[in-house]
Amino acid sequence: MKRLLKKPLRLTPLQLRLFKTGLHAVFMGYLIFLGWAAVTDNLGADPVKALIHGTGTSALNILLFTLLISPIAKHLPFPSLMQCRRLAGIYVFVYALIHLSSYVSFELQFDWALVTSEIIERPYITVGFIALLDLFLLSITSPMWVRRRMKRTWQHLHNSIYLILLLVLIHFSWSRKTALQEPLIYWIIALLIMTPRIQYWIQHIKRRR
Amino acid sequence: MKRFRPSQTFTDNQVTDERVFQDRRRLLKSLGFVGAGTLLSQSAHGVGWFDSEPEFEAKSLSFTPSDKFTTDEAKTPYTKVTSYNNFYEFGTGKDDPAERAKSFKTDPWTLRIDGLVKNPITLDYDAIMKQFAFEERIYRMRCVEAWSMVIPWVGFELNKLIQLASPLGSAKYVAFETLHDPKQMPGQRNPFIGGGIDYPYVEGLRLDEATHPLTLMATGVYGKTLPPQNGAPIRLVVPWKYGFKSIKSIVRITLTERQPPTTWNRLASNEYGFYANVNPKVAHPRWSQASERRITDGGVFNQQRIATRMFNGYEEVAPLYANMDLARYY
Repeated sequence: MKRLLKKPLRLTPLQLRLFKTGLHAVFMGYLIFLGWAAVTDNLGADPVKALIHGTGTSALNILLFTLLISPIAKHLPFPSLMQCRRLAGIYVFVYALIHLSSYVSFELQFDWALVTSEIIERPYITVGFIALLDLFLLSITSPMWVRRRMKRTWQHLHNSIYLILLLVLIHFSWSRKTALQEPLIYWIIALLIMTPRIQYWIQHIKRRR
Repeated sequence: MKRFRPSQTFTDNQVTDERVFQDRRRLLKSLGFVGAGTLLSQSAHGVGWFDSEPEFEAKSLSFTPSDKFTTDEAKTPYTKVTSYNNFYEFGTGKDDPAERAKSFKTDPWTLRIDGLVKNPITLDYDAIMKQFAFEERIYRMRCVEAWSMVIPWVGFELNKLIQLASPLGSAKYVAFETLHDPKQMPGQRNPFIGGGIDYPYVEGLRLDEATHPLTLMATGVYGKTLPPQNGAPIRLVVPWKYGFKSIKSIVRITLTERQPPTTWNRLASNEYGFYANVNPKVAHPRWSQASERRITDGGVFNQQRIATRMFNGYEEVAPLYANMDLARYY
């Protein structure tokens, strides 16, 4: 692929820190806004549903952003961006966790019997829950010292982000009453983002034969 | 020799950069794309600070409050009743109908009652609004998505309308149909807006359900004419059934001998039955129906999740289903 910039974009440590602070401000800021609006009944007619949907779709948006980081870092090129991938990835987990907690606390009102039966009996919730567990694993193995200790296993584990993407998309589509809705647009965007990787995987498999 | 004199002289910075020149077509295209994008985003959101689209204006109705059909439960505020709607003809999002149905025309309107009747009737807008004595009834409304509202409707019993048409002995069912007008209803033009369901939206009841005193034809809410997103000018309200049975913006009521097809049943018969009676014991395949969240005032810390009652608390309809297995006929 053609490079867009002549010189790779490299940030000084200070610039990088500022850049990361900016990302924190956006991700954290939006979360605080959602929470504040939901508590003060400023999130439409049903603040509970709005909070659940808002955190859920944001988690997916940030997930797609993290998947864009390595292609951008490589092709812009903007290598410093790679240093922000873990940060973004952890926000995916944070948003997903708040997504589930809002469902458990505000939607089901801590009716634990109902929580358990819904997670087990409803396939779309089961699928979302598995994705969240996987995100949890990726988050707790994200510190550098864990990564070093895990050696090659780390990469294998973290490749499951693609499985998470698939599960999340299924969860999203399955939660709707009809197929032709917003989730379909997400499938298309996800496919576009994944195309270079899929091409690479196909070549890889062909070479092996 | 004559020296060439340019009629205009350019300095370097006045000349278009070669790279830009070579790329001019793509550049113009991308500008066009940005322009189109702006247009799209405007039509998609509809609402802006400088929006000039005529807003729907609710007119006051005269009615008598019903003593019998009422409840002490806290009512869902008007703004929530009119901004949180399932009306896929105007989009699948809950706030889409309120935004997209603003200029929906409800007058003139024609409502036809035909089929197995002695006396087919055609009502125009004025007849709908003037022919019947209106009353106000406060009903619980339970959505199949496990949320509920308490809504003061204004309207008249469907039974009165059916009696006016005098049904034939062979009539067993009543079929209802929503307006089909793709020009006015973007969801009917574009399957991506309308969720890809077949239009027009159709619903049905058994004749004894349709003539039950609880079954209401609503023309208003909170004392005023229905806003388009709530099914103006006239809709059905069957309080003991899930909300999707209460079909909106009706143009045709047909009495039939056979059970008529219904939209959601046609789309996913394992999830939505013909009867669709509120029943806490029969779960939707994707969520439990044992309890519901009541939409009233307040933020996320002020929510009430309450147990769902059989027939949404309207036990008086139980005799209609005396010998039926309601787990099978859901």
